[in-house]
Amino acid sequence: MSSGRSRDDTMASFRGEALSWELRDGVIELALHRPPGNEIGTLILCELEKFVEGLEEITRQAHALIVYSTIKAGFSAGADLRELFDGAQRVSKTEAVRGVRDFLERIHRVMNTIDALPLTTIAAVHGVTFGGGFELALVCDLIVADKMARFAFPELRLGLIPGFGGIPRLKRDLGNAVVRDLLLTGRSFNAAKAQSAGLVSQTVAEGESLRIARSTAAQLKKFDRQTASAAKRFIKPVPYDELKRSRSGTKKIRGEHRRATVLAVSVGWVSDPPRPVKGTSPHELRVAISR
Amino acid sequence: MPSPNQTLREVLDLAAAHFKVPREKLTPDDDFFKTLGIDSLQALDLLTRLEQHFNVELPDYELQGVSDFRTLADRIQARR
Repeated sequence: MSSGRSRDDTMASFRGEALSWELRDGVIELALHRPPGNEIGTLILCELEKFVEGLEEITRQAHALIVYSTIKAGFSAGADLRELFDGAQRVSKTEAVRGVRDFLERIHRVMNTIDALPLTTIAAVHGVTFGGGFELALVCDLIVADKMARFAFPELRLGLIPGFGGIPRLKRDLGNAVVRDLLLTGRSFNAAKAQSAGLVSQTVAEGESLRIARSTAAQLKKFDRQTASAAKRFIKPVPYDELKRSRSGTKKIRGEHRRATVLAVSVGWVSDPPRPVKGTSPHELRVAISR
Repeated sequence: MPSPNQTLREVLDLAAAHFKVPREKLTPDDDFFKTLGIDSLQALDLLTRLEQHFNVELPDYELQGVSDFRTLADRIQARR
């Protein structure tokens, strides 16, 4: 079926090539079904835009949104890098950069709209939940994960920074996701759960910490240093403003925090094939921070 | 702590059971991609099952270049 709305489709129900949605008993279910791995390219983006366009109409009748995948491999393998790369080969470098930026701005609008929806949103994930797929899950209020789900941001392997807004959302949600789980469900945690909430990065066998730290350090060495450094600045900035407020004893936080959205365009990527970063291969990153 | 040999046996048992391969066909030095007939996505599935079975974490990069059951079991043993 074409991605356009058929005669039988209403805003409460739609079946496209890449995704479908249905409003039933106050719950909107958004299913991703674009083989092989729900890669987020132009088709999924267009249908997600169609979805968010109609949300104002159907959210009045809904209290929850569930996003899930019908693909066996998993929730989503992330951005369709092959499509973006192939597209970039057919145009000039300037047009390619503009095209990537336009794509990122559009996906950010979709992500931000779902993120701010006035209903509870749940990502029901299984299998591969990588890169842009992980970022899509992160816009939801709750992530319900099949025990076989795997999460990853493999972008650095390609000399990229996650560009769909995943970094600021990860910063927001690590810890906060646990708080929301406690607050919204009223559940209790045991010590093991508290450990899994993120106080420790890895757990290893007795006497193995140094060897595995060395193994980890060896892995880090494979990435382009500037790219890794740029990623670190996003994920771990010194919170000067918050430190200043705590020093001055200010209790009131003025206004609503404006979340920064991050657009990261790797000029090296749009002019060269995606490839693992090894050694010190330079990748010029053009990073635009929009609010 | 369980012995390395026990860990290896459990890895072979789990792989044989999950991918429905006769246990006697698997040996420690087999290339598990070939013996099990699996692709990288299925290898990721095996990795997740091993993590759950042994209650350990196995970062992908710890397994780069690993394709035989014995080395795989060694990596697991280091985290038990």
